[in-house]
Amino acid sequence: MLDQHRDYVLRTVEERGVRLVRLWFTDVLGNLKSFAISPAELENALEDGMTFDGSSIDGFSRIQESDVLAVPDPDTFELIPWSEPGAAEARVFCDIRSLDGAPFEGDPRQVLRRTVRAARDQGFTFYIAPDLEFFYFEQPTDGKKPQPLDHGGYFDLTTRDAAGDLRKETIRKLEQMSIPVEYSFHEDSPSQQEIDLRHTDALTMADSVMTFRLVVKEVAASQGVHATFMPKPLEGVQGSGMHLHMSLFRGDENAFYDGDDPHALSAVAKSFMAGLLAHAAEITAITNQTVNSYKRLVPGFEAPVHISWARNNRSGLIRVPIAKKGNPLATRIEYRSPDPACNPYLAFSLLLAAGMRGIEQGYELPEEADANLFEMDDAALAKLGITQLPQSLSDALRTMEQSELVHDVLGEHIFEWFLRNKRREWRDYKTHVSQFELDRYLRSV
Amino acid sequence: MTIASEAREAREASMLAVFADPVTPDLARSLDLAGFSWKGVASADEAADSEPAAGWQGVIIDCTTDPESAWAFARTIRKSGGSQIKVLILVGGAQLGDLQLRDDLFDDFCLSPFHPTEFEARLRHLLWSVGDATGPRADLVEYGQLILNLETYQATIAGRPLDMTYMEYELLKFLAQNPGKVFTREILLSRVWGYEYYGGARTVDVHIRRLRAKLGEEHAGLIATVRSVGYRFGQSRWAS
Repeated sequence: MLDQHRDYVLRTVEERGVRLVRLWFTDVLGNLKSFAISPAELENALEDGMTFDGSSIDGFSRIQESDVLAVPDPDTFELIPWSEPGAAEARVFCDIRSLDGAPFEGDPRQVLRRTVRAARDQGFTFYIAPDLEFFYFEQPTDGKKPQPLDHGGYFDLTTRDAAGDLRKETIRKLEQMSIPVEYSFHEDSPSQQEIDLRHTDALTMADSVMTFRLVVKEVAASQGVHATFMPKPLEGVQGSGMHLHMSLFRGDENAFYDGDDPHALSAVAKSFMAGLLAHAAEITAITNQTVNSYKRLVPGFEAPVHISWARNNRSGLIRVPIAKKGNPLATRIEYRSPDPACNPYLAFSLLLAAGMRGIEQGYELPEEADANLFEMDDAALAKLGITQLPQSLSDALRTMEQSELVHDVLGEHIFEWFLRNKRREWRDYKTHVSQFELDRYLRSV
Repeated sequence: MTIASEAREAREASMLAVFADPVTPDLARSLDLAGFSWKGVASADEAADSEPAAGWQGVIIDCTTDPESAWAFARTIRKSGGSQIKVLILVGGAQLGDLQLRDDLFDDFCLSPFHPTEFEARLRHLLWSVGDATGPRADLVEYGQLILNLETYQATIAGRPLDMTYMEYELLKFLAQNPGKVFTREILLSRVWGYEYYGGARTVDVHIRRLRAKLGEEHAGLIATVRSVGYRFGQSRWAS
């Protein structure tokens, strides 16, 4: 079986004149890493993997055991549509292994593989469809606020068209790289875009999100534009989220669907949601991993603040879109807090594990919160038993640190490294004196 | 070369692999009496590890006890050895339906319990044709403007090369080899991905969607969705 995969890859490289094969993998923080090999090395790489020094990769090796292996996953081999004509390039995602061949503990892709396998052992396949939001800006200059493309005033019309063309070209490239797009549109904020992907299994989708972020940036850069997935780049307007539509399937059947339930939600769906709600605070440091992420999770900008669910209430953390009765396959839940700057492998792993914990231990789903939670005061919320998501990266880290679930899913290596790295980020932020403080206090105090 | 090693080589060159759980006394006796050298293999890995230098002369797969792993084994044999290795399948009378749509996985079959003379006759006939192959030919699958070259794994539509992942290619190949037939998701999953894949039947939809995008708008209609059944490639045989 693997033989034919390998054959397919090698023959394609030969037939299509591929000059360079890029080996892709992801560090703990979700940055795409890549090194290129010549086609002559590819056969060897597919067989034994390529050794590289992992100590220079964030969150990878400790110095004394720095060499690791990148083992290409031939299923993910694809030609890169933006390579130079006549010098075709291809990419392939890699699993990282230790030199003894065991899955490397610092590799996020292996974390997701492990978590998906555990769900599969219980008969479930986990499907995800993300709605990815991002902004187009003029090339950033240090110390200046980001400049949206459609703030140009005088050139309004032409620049707005430019964003539309960028989006069209992006979608074309995504489809060429096997990433089907469901919808795309201009979002609420100036120069903000949204592209919704069609569901796939979680591992494929995590790879797709990595590819997506690169394609969006590549296409923008080719036109001199800067694309960013920063969660809240502009004050006073909506930030960029990555809402995740999720479902579990048992074979051909949607395990979230139950025609006999008044809301067509199965017991599996309810316990899964209960698991997500119960562990939401613990996993927020992973789904929202930057200092800036928490400037998006505030009232008034269509981002969730409270840990609650509802069928049609966009102020809650989980929304259950009303599925048409005729289509059981479309029954799904939408988890609304993650932002597109997260590491998709780790975020998907924790969402799946939290939901599965709810199923395994039969968590009870709390009451639906269908009122507008932003209009309620703390006392009313407390009465309903509704708590808030962590309010800052520091809060989120403190909650994560106590979480056995997060520790078990990520493994000691990533868990410990992530906390250490992010605490440092928080410390750096805490000592920073912002423009807000200068404006507010310099003269008055 | 010594006479002894020549004899050993000749014997190894005509070695059969037998996948059965277990190799029944009847089967072993029939093979022995007919003068075949054979070796029981319990898995594809074992078949690969104990393969003689000249390759297996043929493979016998007993599907009567554990059909699922038997078919998975047959698929692995085909995937690693192509159609060069001759495969004889043993099936029970109630399993004849399993042969449908698996024509590519075996060369002949024999009903089990079998008549030893028939079994031997089928086996000999099967192996007789092995030495007779007329060399490699360029295997092309063509449908309208779509061309798949099975040897180079390349595909073109209206002369434009299609960039596909391996599984997209395998799915398109299977569909193009069976035009006009309707396949359910389960059939496609088990025939294209194989039993070793647990990604779920929705994976088929994902791949169909990708293939349509890559075929391009004007050719996307090559793959039709048959509502609440599955997918069909090309024209229905019953269309007017």
